[in-house]
Amino acid sequence: MNETIRLTAYRWMTLTRTFDETMVAMWKQGRGIGGTFSERGHEAVSVGAGLALGPDDVVAPMHRDLGTYLLRGMTPERIFGNLLGRQMGVSGGRDSNLHGLGDLDLNIIGFISHIPQAIPTALGAAMAFRYRDEPRVAMTFVGDGGSCSGAFHESLNMAALYNAPFVLIIENNQYAYSTPLSQEMKVADIAGRLPGYGLAATTVDGNDVEAVHAATTDAVERARAGGGPSVIEARTMRMLGHAIHDGAEYVPEALLAEWESRDPVRMFRTRLINSGVPETDLDALDQAAATEIAAAVRVAEAAPLPNPESVSEGVFA
Amino acid sequence: MSDNFGFSDTLQHAADDRTLTYLEAITEALFVEMDRDENVLVMGEDVGGDFGGAFKVTKGLAAKFGDRRVINTPIAELSFTGMANGMALMGLRPVVEMQFADFISSGFDSIVQFAATSHYRGIGKVPWVIRAPSDGGIRSGPFHSQNPEAWFVHTPGLKVVAPSTPADAKGLLAAAIRDDNPVIYFEAKPLYRSIKGDVPGGEHVTEIGKAAVRRSGTDVTVIAYGTQVHTALEAAEIVAADGIDVAVLDLRTLKPLDTEAILEAAIKTGKVVVVHAANRMVGVGAEVAALIAEEAFESLDAPIIRIGGLDTPVPFSPPLEDAYRPNAGKIEAAIRELADY
Ligand SMILES: Cc1ncc(C[n+]2csc(CCOP(=O)(O)OP(=O)(O)O)c2C)c(N)n1
Repeated sequence: MNETIRLTAYRWMTLTRTFDETMVAMWKQGRGIGGTFSERGHEAVSVGAGLALGPDDVVAPMHRDLGTYLLRGMTPERIFGNLLGRQMGVSGGRDSNLHGLGDLDLNIIGFISHIPQAIPTALGAAMAFRYRDEPRVAMTFVGDGGSCSGAFHESLNMAALYNAPFVLIIENNQYAYSTPLSQEMKVADIAGRLPGYGLAATTVDGNDVEAVHAATTDAVERARAGGGPSVIEARTMRMLGHAIHDGAEYVPEALLAEWESRDPVRMFRTRLINSGVPETDLDALDQAAATEIAAAVRVAEAAPLPNPESVSEGVFA
Repeated sequence: MSDNFGFSDTLQHAADDRTLTYLEAITEALFVEMDRDENVLVMGEDVGGDFGGAFKVTKGLAAKFGDRRVINTPIAELSFTGMANGMALMGLRPVVEMQFADFISSGFDSIVQFAATSHYRGIGKVPWVIRAPSDGGIRSGPFHSQNPEAWFVHTPGLKVVAPSTPADAKGLLAAAIRDDNPVIYFEAKPLYRSIKGDVPGGEHVTEIGKAAVRRSGTDVTVIAYGTQVHTALEAAEIVAADGIDVAVLDLRTLKPLDTEAILEAAIKTGKVVVVHAANRMVGVGAEVAALIAEEAFESLDAPIIRIGGLDTPVPFSPPLEDAYRPNAGKIEAAIRELADY
């Protein structure tokens, strides 16, 4: 990463973290509607991978990839609007929490709840690019939990078979809801499964934004050059419960403490400072994030809910 | 209810008090049936260990029956439902928890192609139960609020039940577990902790295929199931103040349908409203209305009114979801329309 992109990455990571902390606090205060998902701990993955894409590439993020949505141009106020069921939210109040944050103008395919339907969908986008000979890439994400499903394996077989310009990031955050990795699969090395499908696969430290960015940039460039699909397993940790109402008592505290000591935002900040970036520059980015998020919340909370009369509109195109 | 997404850890165990919540009644049925028959086992995402599932329905089961009988599965609906098929063919009685009814579509082939047709094709009996937490009104969004019963009611070879009371939640689950066929058991998330009722202790089985009269009345009959039974009773109370006497029939079982009870109820009042939370088109209500029109046309004094969710995906935002769902006001209006007819 060069200096500019490092500061860009920090900007999106701190914005993502601030968004997440604000959201969690609001829900705890009863200012939320329904449930929602925290992405605390995933900032380096969603930002590092997202920044490897060009503007014409397509991405299909999931419920813990807030950073990717933000850096692709989805504004915090639209996302808060979605979380709060507002008309100005991304889905106009139709879809909830971090589901349904799709905007094809931003080359974002909205998340479908059924895990891991983002994978075949993104693969389809990649196949469309291949079909039209466009130098575009499709990227998507899946959890360790979702990597156990049939659609994961079926799609990856096809991705390899058709040499699709496709990049999959496996966010191995140790838990699928209450289920630890050891109860999801017999192996600990998810990426190790992929060569069997004829896929290039690597494992990176998912809390290190530069490592994630380097690996995904390689994968994206290879895909763009016709080199086919790749899979990157980013090892990280889900730092809060599965959803807002889950206290995650089933996660050992020592495990959380270990990952907390490698907090992706703090780790990157320290690295930037050690490499000579003035701390005041980073403070300014943190401050800007706080201001932007506070303003977004104000806008979203004041925005009107949808008109109930509109409920039946838009079922068909 | 709307602010907790249906999740909570507050399970009260009532040892001698036989008043249980709907959720506690489901849990109790699992304890009793697993105790009674060692072929009964439970599986699904997050159902095991101390956790006890997304809604805590299976909490305590693993501690009592062990990991061999309370199996945590990966996220693999098609395959663990397929696995239930094989287990059932070998004489086990798996009770599969879909984390949300919505995700049942990910297991569709295993259910409608294999399980539903197996006995007819001479393969053998497939005695499993899929517990499917369904229904909305709790701001869970389009993929965590659905009522997909019509897909299965349309499929020959499956039984489908949808309890509305704690006693039936227990009794119908026990019956489903003991049934030699694949049974889909739609439990209503909004009822989990919002209603309590008397539940018989020990073994309690409610016959599959029998509707129940929840309120008798002479002017209009409302036919409903699941959460909408309660909404219908609410509407009946409202119009009772104006002297309109409403009967409420709870279908309880959607397949096989209790055609006798439906016709009897329709004939008694000659005026019928059918209500369900699932969207209207080609829903269970359409079948009930068609049955009455075919078999009891001459007893009708007015056209049958169907009320359902709108024919849209289930929206999230409160004003949209409220517009989508049936409610006491919509039912009340239908009752008054028929009463005046
Ligand atoms: C087909 C399907 N089954 C069940 C669920 C319910 N569910 C939502 S997220 C989740 C756990 C996902 O774990 P993982 O894939 O590891 O991602 P993480 O939430 O840890 O980021 C489950 C079981 C779902 N969304 N889709």
